[in-house]
Amino acid sequence: MAGVGYLADEPAALVSFLAQRLGKPVLVEGPAGVGKTELAKALSRATGRELVRLQCYEGLDEAKALYEWNYRKQLLRIQAGGEDGWSDVHDDIFAKEFLLERPLMQAIASPEPVVLLIDEIDKTDQEFEAMLLELLSDFQITIPELGQVSATTMPIVILTSNNSRELTEALKRRCLYLWLEYPELEREMEIVRLHAPELSEALARRMVEVVRMVRDLDLKKPPSIAESIDWARTLLLMGAEDIDRETFNQSMSIIVKHRTDIDLVAERVGVKLAEPVRPQG
Amino acid sequence: MPSPYGPKAEAGPPGLAAKLLGFCEELRGEGVAVGTSEILDAFAALEEVPWTSREDFREALATTIAKSQEDRRLFELLFDRWFFRAAESEAIARGVEEGEQRHEGAERLDLDELQEQIRQAIVDGNDGEMRDLARLAISAFGRQGEGSGVVGVDVQRIRRTLGLSAGTQPQAEDGAAELPPIDRAQLNAFERHLRRELERDLIERTSTLPPSRPLAELDRALPTSPTQDLAAVHRAVSQMKRRLATLGNEQRGRRRGATVDVRRTMRTSLETGGVPMHIRYRPKRPRRPEIYVLCDVSTSVTSASVFFLSVLHALHDSFRKLRSFVFIERISEVTDVFEHERDFRAIAQRISSEGGVADVSGYTDYGRVWLEFLGTISDDLDPRSTVIVLGDARTNGREPHAEVFAQVSERAGRLFWLNPEPKLYWNYGDSVMAAYERYCDGAFECWTTRHLENFVNIVAGGVPVAD
Repeated sequence: MAGVGYLADEPAALVSFLAQRLGKPVLVEGPAGVGKTELAKALSRATGRELVRLQCYEGLDEAKALYEWNYRKQLLRIQAGGEDGWSDVHDDIFAKEFLLERPLMQAIASPEPVVLLIDEIDKTDQEFEAMLLELLSDFQITIPELGQVSATTMPIVILTSNNSRELTEALKRRCLYLWLEYPELEREMEIVRLHAPELSEALARRMVEVVRMVRDLDLKKPPSIAESIDWARTLLLMGAEDIDRETFNQSMSIIVKHRTDIDLVAERVGVKLAEPVRPQG
Repeated sequence: MPSPYGPKAEAGPPGLAAKLLGFCEELRGEGVAVGTSEILDAFAALEEVPWTSREDFREALATTIAKSQEDRRLFELLFDRWFFRAAESEAIARGVEEGEQRHEGAERLDLDELQEQIRQAIVDGNDGEMRDLARLAISAFGRQGEGSGVVGVDVQRIRRTLGLSAGTQPQAEDGAAELPPIDRAQLNAFERHLRRELERDLIERTSTLPPSRPLAELDRALPTSPTQDLAAVHRAVSQMKRRLATLGNEQRGRRRGATVDVRRTMRTSLETGGVPMHIRYRPKRPRRPEIYVLCDVSTSVTSASVFFLSVLHALHDSFRKLRSFVFIERISEVTDVFEHERDFRAIAQRISSEGGVADVSGYTDYGRVWLEFLGTISDDLDPRSTVIVLGDARTNGREPHAEVFAQVSERAGRLFWLNPEPKLYWNYGDSVMAAYERYCDGAFECWTTRHLENFVNIVAGGVPVAD
């Protein structure tokens, strides 16, 4: 997976492998910004499959997640076929042609195998989880008018959760579980250097060390990996050679995004850094 | 404790499958919900990974069996123990002994050299090396017959003899090169190896396994929760959610003001050739119950307030329309805190620091609390809302304002009182429970999760609903 710009750690790699072999969905949990969504994207790139994404939010219902009847088209069909007998029309209007496919349906019905990403499942209601169960265990969807639609190809399903509420046992039971943590120092360095190759190794190490220091503080929102990559790019743009107090104070807003956090970080981390040797341009 | 999964399975013939089942049984014993489907998954997963690689094997098991962070923690603790024990008991059964070969070279080893090697291995974090050296160290020191027989004591003794300590190393006296600092975690890893090897020795000497103990409470105390039964509270509350949500829905009659569902009306009109003959209305969705929880956090209920806060915490997990308040002398809304924070400890801390109930005397003033509650919130109360009070009704001799409380009760659909004191103590001293009790739809003692479950049952069992 390194080839597609994602450096997975051992468990993540193993679980993705198992997910493919066993045909089971994976439930990925972890703090915000450790690359949960990115994992799914990387999987889709690595396997060459299309990524179908369902972003969850409160109040998401099956009409938006599964399927909906295209009633305008149905209406037209009825009006257009005025001469045909009612029975013809009746059988006709509940055909696949009149079905509006939503992400889940799309993933199931796709002739090519896909990667299905159900993002932030914890944002939805429990009722929605229950609806997912059929899909997750049997890869099929029951439409009352049509019967069951089963998957022709086995999608890789990734569910992500920010752990903002406890998911139901039934859902967990059907999934493999993966907990993603912030990566080790070495790995994060590799990740940063993968995305900002021009960054010198010494600076990358220094930067990751500072980021880890910041994460150790009790912040409202600790910096994510994406933010450390952003920071790396910023440092490149600024032409910085070392992270001293001045550079840090200038670019801190990239990794720290709360007013109170900024104060805390400046106080705790800023002072540990060296005074600038010479004024920055 | 009887297992919810029925009697233990027979151990069956020796082999990996039996060992795995035993491991799952052990996990269940520690409260991890391992269902049959999980076990099946685990076996399926093991067919895909080489079982000779310890890391892969462990990850494959963990991902199929442990379905939350807490479960994962228990899994890690038990995994090492179980498979170590399994290997050892097998060794005893087959009479395998490592014999003398492991001590080979121990005599030849110079203490200083050994010390240096170990230090290097720890600094490098080389796991395999550390284990080998741990064996060497044990045989080097164990030879002198100094083993105390208590593993923990021996570990520390060996560590001290080797002069290992975490942090930066003291400067050597002879002015030799400065030693690199030792990481605390790495040192712990080395100590674990020592412990493991010592246990192995002990088992080999005595040919018996020490009895398996359930994990010490300390070991399994979850880092996020100060109370052991947080999970139990969550269970009871999620039960309560289901019951409260379905309660009282059936009485709702046909109301005026139904809205036409255009989409469905059009769809039905298909049956009549596009002429909308039947009007479809939007279904009346059951309203989610609105819940107001008032929680006493004063000193008189200090011990109970942790429990109450965890109840609140669990409630917030289950109910969307929940507003929570904490009070001592004054009342303060803390809904925000719960919505933005998931970690229980952080919540407890934030409430104590910015709850805004910090006051002059620190004594509860129920009368004032009711006045303030009614003043700020009463407009929002309606017959659908449920108010739950968590408190001991000790007013410290102040005016209880029961008539104000009665007004709250009148406005709200239902009002329950959970008291952290046993019923025996109600109305003794400054407790004015009786004054409030008659305005409640129910008052219950509640100081364990069992009481909480009881409360849920009674609520669901048809207490007259006021609306």
